[in-house]
Amino acid sequence: MTIIDSPAIKKRSSVSIIMFTVILTLIPALLIQIGFFGYQILGNLFFGISFALILESICLYLQKKPIKLFLNDFSAFLTAWLLVISMPSTSPWWLIAIGIFFSIVVAKHAYGGLGSNPFNPAMIGYAVLLISFPKLMTSWPESNSINLNNFLEISTIIVSQPFNYVADAVASATPLDAIKTTLFLGNTIDKNITSFNSSSYQLISVFYLLGGFYLIFKKVISWHLPISFIGGVFVFSMILFLIDPTNFMNPIFHIINGATLLGAFYIITDPVSSPTTIKGKIIFGILVGLITVIVRNFGGYPDGVAFAVIFMNICVPLIEKFSQPKVFGYE
Amino acid sequence: MQIKDEIYKFFGGIKPNGHKNISTLNPIKKISIPKKLIIPVRQHVGKMPNIIVSEGEYVLKGQLIAEPVTNVSAATHASSSGKVISIKKEDIPHPSGLPDMAVTIETDGKDKWIELEKFQTSKLSIETLLEKMRFSGIVGLGGATFPTHIKLNINKINTLIVNAAECEPFITCDDMAMQEKTDDFLLGIKEVMNLIKIPQAVIGIEENKPLAIEKLSKSIADDNSISLKVIPTVYPSGDEKRLIYLITGIKIAKEKRPAEYGIQVFNVATLISIARFFNHGEPVISRIVTVTGNVKKPNNYEALIGTPINELLRDAGGDTNKEIIMGGPMMGFKLPSTNIAVTKAMNCLLTITDEMENKPSYEMPCIRCTKCVDVCPAQLQPQELYWHAKSSQFEKLTNDYKLFDCIECGCCSYVCPSNIPLVQYYRYAKSEIREQKQSLDIADIARERNDFRLLRIDREKRERAERNAQRRSQVSEDDKKKLIDEKKAAIEAALNRTKEQNL
Repeated sequence: MTIIDSPAIKKRSSVSIIMFTVILTLIPALLIQIGFFGYQILGNLFFGISFALILESICLYLQKKPIKLFLNDFSAFLTAWLLVISMPSTSPWWLIAIGIFFSIVVAKHAYGGLGSNPFNPAMIGYAVLLISFPKLMTSWPESNSINLNNFLEISTIIVSQPFNYVADAVASATPLDAIKTTLFLGNTIDKNITSFNSSSYQLISVFYLLGGFYLIFKKVISWHLPISFIGGVFVFSMILFLIDPTNFMNPIFHIINGATLLGAFYIITDPVSSPTTIKGKIIFGILVGLITVIVRNFGGYPDGVAFAVIFMNICVPLIEKFSQPKVFGYE
Repeated sequence: MQIKDEIYKFFGGIKPNGHKNISTLNPIKKISIPKKLIIPVRQHVGKMPNIIVSEGEYVLKGQLIAEPVTNVSAATHASSSGKVISIKKEDIPHPSGLPDMAVTIETDGKDKWIELEKFQTSKLSIETLLEKMRFSGIVGLGGATFPTHIKLNINKINTLIVNAAECEPFITCDDMAMQEKTDDFLLGIKEVMNLIKIPQAVIGIEENKPLAIEKLSKSIADDNSISLKVIPTVYPSGDEKRLIYLITGIKIAKEKRPAEYGIQVFNVATLISIARFFNHGEPVISRIVTVTGNVKKPNNYEALIGTPINELLRDAGGDTNKEIIMGGPMMGFKLPSTNIAVTKAMNCLLTITDEMENKPSYEMPCIRCTKCVDVCPAQLQPQELYWHAKSSQFEKLTNDYKLFDCIECGCCSYVCPSNIPLVQYYRYAKSEIREQKQSLDIADIARERNDFRLLRIDREKRERAERNAQRRSQVSEDDKKKLIDEKKAAIEAALNRTKEQNL
């Protein structure tokens, strides 16, 4: 029998290489995060990733898939990473475990594993935690500058808080949180609040931006999703800001705070749960931006990226259906 | 149509390592006449030609051994002189892997030509010339092997495009032919232009053939009707529709033919064979084959049709135990054995290299990264085609995602990070859809027949009833009475008979 298995040659590329490149570009932002918030984040990462890989192996075993091959794809590794860096560094281990469980087992493998998940796994884990443990999830330690000691104290790497651990007095609100609280208390925005405790988050965000640009440059991700998302956030928050600057923050604030830049380059670019067509990517990005702005300004939670992404994930098939490009010769 | 200098770059495509230099170092080589020539009778797209020689017969070089039966058919000739020793099914290099009829000639080494008919093209009518061409065995030598006389039987062509792109890695036979047979090549272009009155010709050639480009541009310097367009080296620029777009900016869909746009495309080797036929009366009895890949001395060979590939591989220093691909690494297929002969479609023999052997074989799930979309020259959505082929949603595949516009170039498989053999899924889906359509057609015929049968039965019934009614109405009342009386009398008579018997 003749064997038709053309093409006989293959470009060197693999899912592992893609995922690994993404992880590498996350490292600079991680270092800044450690500088600001302490070495615990490393312990959290270590625990989160290990737990994710264990759960992934069990799920693969149950589905009778080759474990080693699929563990090497780094997708569970990346999911765990994204989830853990979105959580306060003071998060107790069990909080991380719950988040990882929902990300890996429920959002990913219950739907068929790699490539079949309709929702972004990391965002499902994050949303579950945010809804169930809002206080823990929004209590970030106070930090205004990079503390070199944070790098030196990596002696006790595993976080071992008691089960009933609750973030203590050191904890403070994120900029988005602060705005929300201010407005909730009936105050209006003044300039003092905008500069409140924000340099750390903004600096980390800038590194997500740089990492993202590198990924676009390396063609690991396309520009359509991140740029249309950031553009969406800008336009819609600008509209609100122009209507009432005392109740709504300016667009730049919305872009450099919260999960906007992390979301733009590392969350919504998850290929599995976002649209495949170029038009679809742009529509998706803009609408995620719109929902993020709505949740941040009118919803009950300080940030809305996770909810926006999850909601828009449901719309992906619809978006794709109506954004199919023309085939060669049919224009 | 005005051809502009602009190059219309098509969407997608890939830039794999060309590996072309290795087989262009030496001139085209001829090897001694092989002892046996195994000539498959059908080496073209179309009807099986009629074999007109018999076993034991002595044939001359260039003698017709099979004649075309219908218009879509081509002739086959003996490529050297000798005795026909068998006419039976043999392994042939065809993607189906099925054996087909072949004439085996035991050569006598004399290589004696049959007397070739010399004719002057200018004095003959186009019909006569095309009829002669039917018997020339000229088919598309780029690999499609469509009978050439059909492509020439069209008026209103205003642009001849010469496909000299040769975009597949490793293959260099057209490159070498253009360098060494420049005159025949240009003559072939001229012949075709004169034959069907085409005012202009454009040679589309990839920029990775500097020697051929140099030679050609010198030769056509004072010819205004032929121009050379150097196109970027992007696979698959040699695909007909892609090449037309590169040169003219016209995008032609699957269901349309270039001729509808006044364009006809010919391959380099085909044009050379047209020149040989029109000027020397020579039928197609040989072709240039690139033997490359994992061989010690990669080279181009002018091989007689029917030459066992073993001979070429041996001369090039190839390992005959290695798998061999016919064609390029992107679209070629693996040959079932080395016990196979050179055919008109065989542009390249590629023994698989370590890189090809070590190609990863596992298949990961699709992560919808759309790397395939970025390279698909037909601007399809390969990941959707894959998804729907896997779940056998054939209607969506043909209507929404235009599966049949896929040219199976393999770009998607080449870049897929999940290592999915995408093209295989499309081939499977295509053949399933074709089969379904065939059985649907058969079912349609059966249903039509059944409907007709029911109609006929119904009609016959009605006609019978009408006839009976008519007969009844023609019988008068008196006749009826008479009939009844007769019957009554008969019954009475019978009863009386039985009574008498009982007594």
